[in-house]
Amino acid sequence: MLTILFDGIAYGMLLFVLACGLAVTLGLMNFVNLAHGSFAMAGGYISLVLVNRHGVPFFAALPLAFVVTALIGALFERTLYVHVYAKSHLDQVLFTIGLVFMSVAAVDYVMGSQQQYIQLPAMLQGQVNLLGLNVGKYRLLIIVICGLLTIALQLTLARTRFGSRLRASVDDPRVASGLGIHVNGVFAVTFAVGSGLAGLGGALGAEILGLDPTFPLKFMIYFLIVVTVGGTSSITGPFLASLLLGIGDVAGKYYVPKFGAFVIYTIMIVVLIWRPQGLFARATAR
Amino acid sequence: MMSRPLQEGVSRYLVDRARWHPLEIAFWVVALASVFLLSGKHLILTEIVVLALFALSLDLILGYSGIISLGHAAYFGFAGYVAGRLAKHNIITEPVLALIVSGLAAALLGFVTSFLVLRGSDLTRLMVTLGVSLVLREIANQIDWLTGGADGLQGIVMAPVLGLFPFDLAGHVAYVYSLCVLFIMVLLARRIVNSPFGLSLRSVKDNPVRASALGIPVNGRLVAMYTVAAGYAGIAGALLTQTTQFVSLDVLSLERSADVLLALVIGGTGYLYGGIIGAILFKLMQDYLANLTPQYWQFWIGLVLVIIVLVGRERLTNWTTPVRAFLARLGPRAAHPVETAPASTIDER
Amino acid sequence: MAPVLETIGLVKRFGGITAASDVSLQIEKGARHALIGPNGAGKTTVVNLLTGMLRPSEGQILLDGHDITNSEPHMRVRRGIARTFQINQLFAELTPIEAIGLAVSERMGMGRQWWRLVGRRPEVVEDIIGIIEQFQLADVMYDRTAILPYGKQRLLEIALAIACRPRVLLLDEPAAGVPEAERHEILTTVASLPKDVTVLLIEHDMDLVFSFADRISVLVNGALFADGTPDAVARDARVKAVYLGETFDA
Repeated sequence: MLTILFDGIAYGMLLFVLACGLAVTLGLMNFVNLAHGSFAMAGGYISLVLVNRHGVPFFAALPLAFVVTALIGALFERTLYVHVYAKSHLDQVLFTIGLVFMSVAAVDYVMGSQQQYIQLPAMLQGQVNLLGLNVGKYRLLIIVICGLLTIALQLTLARTRFGSRLRASVDDPRVASGLGIHVNGVFAVTFAVGSGLAGLGGALGAEILGLDPTFPLKFMIYFLIVVTVGGTSSITGPFLASLLLGIGDVAGKYYVPKFGAFVIYTIMIVVLIWRPQGLFARATAR
Repeated sequence: MMSRPLQEGVSRYLVDRARWHPLEIAFWVVALASVFLLSGKHLILTEIVVLALFALSLDLILGYSGIISLGHAAYFGFAGYVAGRLAKHNIITEPVLALIVSGLAAALLGFVTSFLVLRGSDLTRLMVTLGVSLVLREIANQIDWLTGGADGLQGIVMAPVLGLFPFDLAGHVAYVYSLCVLFIMVLLARRIVNSPFGLSLRSVKDNPVRASALGIPVNGRLVAMYTVAAGYAGIAGALLTQTTQFVSLDVLSLERSADVLLALVIGGTGYLYGGIIGAILFKLMQDYLANLTPQYWQFWIGLVLVIIVLVGRERLTNWTTPVRAFLARLGPRAAHPVETAPASTIDER
Repeated sequence: MAPVLETIGLVKRFGGITAASDVSLQIEKGARHALIGPNGAGKTTVVNLLTGMLRPSEGQILLDGHDITNSEPHMRVRRGIARTFQINQLFAELTPIEAIGLAVSERMGMGRQWWRLVGRRPEVVEDIIGIIEQFQLADVMYDRTAILPYGKQRLLEIALAIACRPRVLLLDEPAAGVPEAERHEILTTVASLPKDVTVLLIEHDMDLVFSFADRISVLVNGALFADGTPDAVARDARVKAVYLGETFDA
């Protein structure tokens, strides 16, 4: 049972790193970016190519995946996304779905459609005995890295100037702008970092989630669920939501294999009916 | 004291809104002609008709009621499976009857899930509709003893339509059948959107606060329209199963919901024929691209979507504006400036 | 004579803010009742409570003696309360004919009909024309509401409420934002409303208030400050004091 909890936590934290960029983007600019999963996929394939074909050490490939994906995110944001901010939600949905289609087909063309795996270094394979429990080394790594990232994110938000500018902009963009905060600039940086984190999550998660060109489509719903259940006004909301969903999904698939996949969907629908603004969002009206 | 010209003007204006436009009549004449003149293309034409009906059903909730749905395939696919099983087990062998039953089943599902889309913002609706269709897809995947799972439902044999017209391999009967269904459903839809009920939905889409302040039970109307739209989608899905004698998981997929959304957007929302026109353009485009790059046509479809949004959807449907302006000149508003002209009479704002 | 519309101890709190406290109004049938007060006094909140857009934290609302405190907004319209909005709430894409036609159809109980075409019933058309003539909208009736001049939009705003043939009409600053040249149209329209319709008017324009109202309630900081005939309120020194800042700017 503890193994399930452990696996669930690993899965949940991975989901968080993948989805937090989407949560902040949505909360900040009210922009529905369904193509968020494409950035995750990009990170996964980038590290795949680096490790498998160029012999780059796994631990070096991770930050590289982050940086390259962040740059791609910044590029897309400045050239494409910026034209769509003011448009209706329907337009944003159509636009980002279009990007998803393009990315799926492009990756299929370049990398092939079968699922691929990153060659993990030997030290990450197998299990280790932690406090009397046999845990997978890779999952342990995920928990450690994601945990550190979460702490770093929380510290950035709470302690740095950029963090307070970001929080102000999320809270009320017009007032923040009136205070002299360059909201668009904040958003550009946040979008890039969020995409980079998605890329890092994709690289980390390739082993557990499976990496193939349909990744953005398969996991789109998961990211959206994290954001919906967790709300968009804080980091802790999506964090707790991710854990809840991660543990729920792993436990569900273990204990009731036939219906395990429904656990996540059911949680989402129930939450949406009960509290449309998310479980953890503050009740402040927008 | 009522002025006679005013009374006639208003009366005629309201009636004219529902009148058949010359272009509409022309369209159906061409459609009828295609039965005889394009008999080599009936297979793809049937696909277009199915997509057109599906897109029309989405227009009812998106164009007329303002509900964004990423999961409309739920009702399409649900009825598709119902129709499949009805035929496979000879529960209802006559296709038209089976079609109606499947449509009603989808409408029931729509009714039950409609309450989920009433609450929350656009994003919530996106999520909920997507979630419902994915749940349904997962259910269909799991209960493979009923649905055939990933392989799909095979071995569906269709009895003759109305007991008189057996389905043929070249797809002629299927096409005429589908076209008739589409025509009837369009007739019905025309009645609905030009009725007080349809007008009230348009007002809900435009300004739900004011609609409520006029005594309109907003939620009740939305539930009703959503149910009707689900029924329409169901008929389209059942039609697909009946004309292809096959149904599988992809009828419930996100790609299916996204494709129909794209088709509707290309044709334009809110005037009923947008779904049909969009379906034609979409299928033609898909066919052309699939011949060009068999595996990666999805890339180009995605590109089309991106370009449409960047250019602006309004500018896209502007090609219909001169047509609509021309038609307007035929009506009682001939004495007044056409509504889409720039507001040159405004000097007080 | 029992009041047609009555509130008993109406209270509305938003978190720590009390927007309305212990508001008890009695509005007589056929009255021309004005609700005035400084900005932010809570006048629109009271209207929102009366129409059901907000639910009160405490208190009751009675229409003809029936408790409608928890009725849905559209049910209250069915029972005979209609309102206009301070900022126009119109249907941008509909023409005045369609919008008024919508209100009339709904009122006549045809709202759920999906088979019949709008405008086939002569009584609906008659009603539409009557309202269009009454509000001088005939020259713009075929145009999309979005391109109407502001003055016409404001008239349409009132026309829509009248089309519901309410027994009680709540007018929320009908002359707001209307240019001087068009105010006259609004004022005469308001003055010529049927005598059996009870009107509750919220206004800042004191000329309009004193020429129109036969009873005035003054709302300050969410509470009823004064209530009486126009003469009594005009003479009330406390009301003058509250309004002193306003009259200089008016």
